[in-house]
Amino acid sequence: MSTPSRTAANESFRLPPPLFDARCKACWFVFGLLCLTVASFWSLDLQFAKIFSVESAQRMAKFCAELLHPNFDAAFLRKLMIAAFETLAMSGLGTLIAAFIGLLLALPASKAYAGDPARWRGVTRLLLNALRSLPELVWASLLLIAAGLGPFAGTLALAFHTSGVLGRLFAEAIENAPQGAAFALRARGVGEGRIFLYATLPQVLPQLMSYTLYRWENNIRAAAVLGVVGAGGLGQMLAFHLGLFQMGETSSVLIAMIILVAIVDVASYVSRRLMQR
Amino acid sequence: MIAALVLSWPMLQLTEFTPWVIFEPSSLKYTTRFLAGFFPPKTDSEFLAMLLRETWRTVAIATSGIALAFVLAVPLALISVRVLSISGLTGRMNALPAVVRFTARAVMIVLRSIPELIWALVFVRVVGLGPTAGVLAIALTYGGMLGKVYAEILESGDNHSTKALLQNGAGRLQSFFYGLLPQNAAELTSYTVYRWECAIRSSAVLGFVGAGGIGQQMEVSMKMFNGSEVSAMLIVFMALVWLADYVSAWLRRALA
Repeated sequence: MSTPSRTAANESFRLPPPLFDARCKACWFVFGLLCLTVASFWSLDLQFAKIFSVESAQRMAKFCAELLHPNFDAAFLRKLMIAAFETLAMSGLGTLIAAFIGLLLALPASKAYAGDPARWRGVTRLLLNALRSLPELVWASLLLIAAGLGPFAGTLALAFHTSGVLGRLFAEAIENAPQGAAFALRARGVGEGRIFLYATLPQVLPQLMSYTLYRWENNIRAAAVLGVVGAGGLGQMLAFHLGLFQMGETSSVLIAMIILVAIVDVASYVSRRLMQR
Repeated sequence: MIAALVLSWPMLQLTEFTPWVIFEPSSLKYTTRFLAGFFPPKTDSEFLAMLLRETWRTVAIATSGIALAFVLAVPLALISVRVLSISGLTGRMNALPAVVRFTARAVMIVLRSIPELIWALVFVRVVGLGPTAGVLAIALTYGGMLGKVYAEILESGDNHSTKALLQNGAGRLQSFFYGLLPQNAAELTSYTVYRWECAIRSSAVLGFVGAGGIGQQMEVSMKMFNGSEVSAMLIVFMALVWLADYVSAWLRRALA
């Protein structure tokens, strides 16, 4: 013990923190969460007794038994195929329109360079947020009034919601693009439109494509259920047959939906693997 | 350009893409009448009280659904996590645990591959109209999603400490609570909060098939072409979505 040690040989152990501390963020978080959950369950008058009753179990069993006999005759399958292609077409066209509108809105919504006044940025962003915050299904049921029952309303609904999403993503991609080429052209006095076409767009195009494909994948899933409010595709068939208690047909529509979604999942997984290689 | 048009022709046919329908006088009449009703939004106190109650119910459906989903997801995730396998420490898992893990994964895939709207349609049939169907639909779909992502988060991190605990004879739950959980708690919490935000959005939509909340009221008002009610509801709906977005972003930043 020649040198005086800075720490005591027997370090004093700190006490564990007290369980509750008014400055403990996590405690308040958990407390708020518990309050919210308890209040939710308390205010909802959930009929769990009814769900787990014998009667409802019987109804569930009957329902499932009826679902076990899907209808597979050729005429119905053809109709199902058409509906599935309709769903695909709705999602494809909706995404295409959305990519177009999204790009148009992304231009005023982005601040392209440091001195850009970007006068319309706030307004366009507000519009994009409004388009985005209404889900496809709400858009669909609003558009049914103007466009009538059928896949057209569904296509427009997908286009509206997706153009909000894509517009925002595109605007961010444009703002984050490398500035070098655009700066060089701007210094030579080239107009803004041509700067976008020759400098910014080629740089961000791969990113825009990948965003669009990703949204297309989402939209196929959305289009499958969109029809429930009457906007075409597989969903409309489902709502129709379920409403008429035709359980065989309902069950085949459900199977078709699950197959469609599974195909999309596998295709996106495989293509992502291929592109990463 | 022409090639693109030719290629998209079948698509336009299949979707009955007829924009001129919108501008036909008969449909234009209804549309303009409906849109004219949008302004001013309905603001009498009775209606607003109803709107407030239904908005709270939307939030409550989402919260209860997520709570049940959490209860469902945690055991499924714990069962399916490969890191917590004792026989897997030797490099190769035994047959029985491998099968059990695969089954848990398959259950989660089935749960989340059926959209919540379809679950809600089915449950409305079984338990009747009302929030119970919405809560169950969210619980099942989000249970599958949360379980899968929890398992992925738990497996993705650095798991030396967990391995060391298991190798020294700690039980699976012990090594979860002392090794795996402390490492990943922040990420797990922030993902759950993000899913809660998504659940609020989807519980509003579930109302359209009769599962309670603001969506159900919106559907009724739309069926009656009541523009002023619909516009008030749309405003409240957007405010709700923005608020949930804001709260969840703030919470996730505070937790990070």
